[in-house]
Amino acid sequence: MKKFLKNDAVQSLIASLLCILMGLLIGYIVLLFINSAGAGNAILDVLKNFMKTSNPERRVRLLGATLVRTAPLLMCGLSVLFAYKVGLFNIGTAGQYVAGVCASLYAALAWGWGWLPCMLFAIVSGAVLGAIVGFLKAYRNVNEVISGIMLNWIALYTSNMILTLQKQEASHYTLKLKENAPQAILPSLGLDKLFNYDKVSIAIPLAILLAVAVYIVLNRTKFGYELRATGNNKNAAKYAGMAEKRNIILTLIISGGLAGIGGAMLYLTDIEQWSVTATSVPGMGFNGIAATFLGGLNPIGTIFSSFFIQHITDGGPNVDTNLYCAQISDLITAIIIYLCGFVLFLKTAMNRAIDRSAERKAQKEKALAAEKGGEK
Amino acid sequence: MEAPYAIEMLHITKRFPGIIANDDITLQLKKGEIHALLGENGAGKSTLMSVLFGLYQAEEGVIKKDGKEVQIRNPNDANDLGIGMVHQHFKLVECFSVLDNIILGIEPTKNGFLQKKEAREKVMALSEKYGLAVNPDALIEDITVGMQQRTEILKMLYRDNEILIFDEPTAVLTPQEIEELMQIMRNLAAEGKSILFISHKLAEIMAVADRCSVLRKGKYIGTVETKNTTMEQLSAMMVGRNVNFHVEKKPQHLGEVILDVDNISVASKVHKKDAVKNVSFKVRAGEIVCIAGIDGNGQTELVYGLSGLEPLKSGHITLKGQDITNASIRKRSTSGMSHIPEDRHKHGLVLDYPLEYNLILQRYFEPEFTDKAGFLKRGPIRSYADRLIEQYDVRSGQGAVTPARSMSGGNQQKAIIAREIDKDPDLLIAVQPTRGLDVGAIEYIHKQLVAQRDAGKAVLLVSLELDEVMDVPDRILVMYEGEIVGELDPKTTTQEELGLYMAGAKRNEVKA
Ligand SMILES: Nc1ncnc2c1ncn2[C@@H]1O[C@H](COP(=O)(O)OP(=O)(O)OP(=O)(O)O)[C@@H](O)[C@H]1O
Ligand SMILES: [Mg+2]
Repeated sequence: MKKFLKNDAVQSLIASLLCILMGLLIGYIVLLFINSAGAGNAILDVLKNFMKTSNPERRVRLLGATLVRTAPLLMCGLSVLFAYKVGLFNIGTAGQYVAGVCASLYAALAWGWGWLPCMLFAIVSGAVLGAIVGFLKAYRNVNEVISGIMLNWIALYTSNMILTLQKQEASHYTLKLKENAPQAILPSLGLDKLFNYDKVSIAIPLAILLAVAVYIVLNRTKFGYELRATGNNKNAAKYAGMAEKRNIILTLIISGGLAGIGGAMLYLTDIEQWSVTATSVPGMGFNGIAATFLGGLNPIGTIFSSFFIQHITDGGPNVDTNLYCAQISDLITAIIIYLCGFVLFLKTAMNRAIDRSAERKAQKEKALAAEKGGEK
Repeated sequence: MEAPYAIEMLHITKRFPGIIANDDITLQLKKGEIHALLGENGAGKSTLMSVLFGLYQAEEGVIKKDGKEVQIRNPNDANDLGIGMVHQHFKLVECFSVLDNIILGIEPTKNGFLQKKEAREKVMALSEKYGLAVNPDALIEDITVGMQQRTEILKMLYRDNEILIFDEPTAVLTPQEIEELMQIMRNLAAEGKSILFISHKLAEIMAVADRCSVLRKGKYIGTVETKNTTMEQLSAMMVGRNVNFHVEKKPQHLGEVILDVDNISVASKVHKKDAVKNVSFKVRAGEIVCIAGIDGNGQTELVYGLSGLEPLKSGHITLKGQDITNASIRKRSTSGMSHIPEDRHKHGLVLDYPLEYNLILQRYFEPEFTDKAGFLKRGPIRSYADRLIEQYDVRSGQGAVTPARSMSGGNQQKAIIAREIDKDPDLLIAVQPTRGLDVGAIEYIHKQLVAQRDAGKAVLLVSLELDEVMDVPDRILVMYEGEIVGELDPKTTTQEELGLYMAGAKRNEVKA
């Protein structure tokens, strides 16, 4: 049992679950303060998401809707994770995601490109943004967090500007793909039938495949060996002759590309139109940070954590707005997501506790043995 | 009646995955004594001290202070009991000043504001009283290891600790600094402080300790009074056999010039002057050349310049006839240079990688370990690691998959040495290769260096250890303030003469 608990993967899992529980508890307490009558139900509603409805058909449809948004979130999570393994905190994921959205939508609407070229173009755009951060870091030693944040805003407003050229006349939203660029809509491979929802596409299996690919690149290849060595000990990497600057830039290019494809994965389903008057960077990139940490900094774990985060985000609007104001759902999910950052902390605390209990047990046994000895 | 023992550790057992690091160990520290702890690399010395300091919890056993049982759950508990520790690998905040590091965690405050003036006065008073010279405003990253260590000692004294643990304090010091440290320890003991002292150097133990306890492979072997024992007896207790302190060498067969250093200068990180000034020398195949000198006279920067970790300001380096002045680190390595770095944690190891990944750190990209598609070949990596572990006797809990971080200091060093020697280099640059190794391992490493020489390789040894400088090399170059001030023949020179050169009191013209 103790050995089982000492296993790293098991610990990550337990820590993640504990974080979620703590988040729920705090959310519950907040709700109790606002209105004690509906608190329990409200939390359950958030957690239930698609399970809330009893209609089985609606259930799969809602599950499908959650999955559609899980795919881009997973890509953002992988983007953050990839850079983090090299010791870089790519907060620019959010902007690289926006670049992916902009590139794929514009290529689809203005140039009539098919979905695959659109997606590749999204990857390139995200990668270019990543490369800028990488070059600044490698050759000018500019902190990647600062340049990332700056570029997030640049990406947002540039995208707004470009996509204004492709917006509906009567609104501030971009044109629907269905009518204007059906060739760019992601193929569904029959998944739409399965979920009875036409927005479910290959993005979902593709995202999972990419998560596995990231895992393999990081853990099984020479490139991953270099990246993790650099992340763990920059000096040793230099001593071993690894090309640090090249690796920093490559990492951020890949990280940016992952975020970029995330943007295409959502918007090429035509589930949403981009608002060209948006004044805030979409939360997808930032939630990716939470997904990464909740996933125990493991690509495979991030698959599950992304799904969970999207699950409660979608469950948020279920909260009864007669009892609570509309923003409460965002608050609850935000609290839970916030606590996701505590996974590493909990893991350390857990290790301590295990050591303690082993020690106490040993002492008890010794006391018992001493007693027995005394009886003789 | 007052209890005679300041600290008693009774029947301590501590297990790690795959290994019993401490197996029923009993250690009794008398008040006011200096008690040495001796044992091979990985014998469990650091672990035992970490248990006393609250970093690890023993599974079995009790700790008594002044005869009363105490629970030490974390370093704060230890501190409350007056127990302080200087770790084998220092725990200082690199970008903080000396003073900030000393008061870290117990900063004196008034209304929430730092009261640094009082702290500074107390630190300076302690520094004066015990002869621990430090510059309170210097940043840790800029000062020598010797001063870093004095900072660590001041940290303990500032906290009014009564029980002082020194984990291999002398491994990183120069002979002069060691002499000073031993005097400081004697003063502290005379004041009634009790000291636990870990060292692999038997002469130090004989000189400063009252008693010595010996561990072997996690087990307690015994405790002896140093005045009733000899170094031979101690080493026999420690490794279970007699150790040969003298290095046997065959007659020399000099070959071609392997390394040709021509008039190089390297800038200093800490001051405006150059750390290495117009240095020239050659190393030939089949010889061991030793750069001797007091720490901080440019040896570190010289090696950085040779290995490519820092750029040269001027001059040329030729390796086997090939100009490598501007070559990348990787190029130098694949051209036949191996480098055992001075700081094993900073450069030598990726601590969070398993041992096997650390053993291929210089070769992971070779076809033996990476296939054409860029995937690591896990099978060959494992068998290669297993071979090195076996051949160089690298001890650890779980073999190839042990995280490097959890290995004992000496075994980490052995892993680096195995990696660098097994690369079969034409030039081996070894910077203090035996730092922190037990006498048995030192004997083994010295044999390896000599074997390299006998196999017709060039070896450049950088050492602060006088015994090593006198025993191992064929030629000695003394470095003083960035210059080579003398060339000596270890067969004809004396330690006294060497000392004069090292102190800058004497110099001769060196023909490169
Ligand atoms: N945190 C840890 N996790 C797992 N194993 C450990 C850990 N710390 C130490 N060990 C193992 O316990 C054994 C004893 O290690 P310890 O560091 O106490 O040796 P030591 O006597 O101080 O050796 P050295 O002279 O080389 O410093 C080693 O085999 C080491 O691999
Ligand atoms: Mg040790």
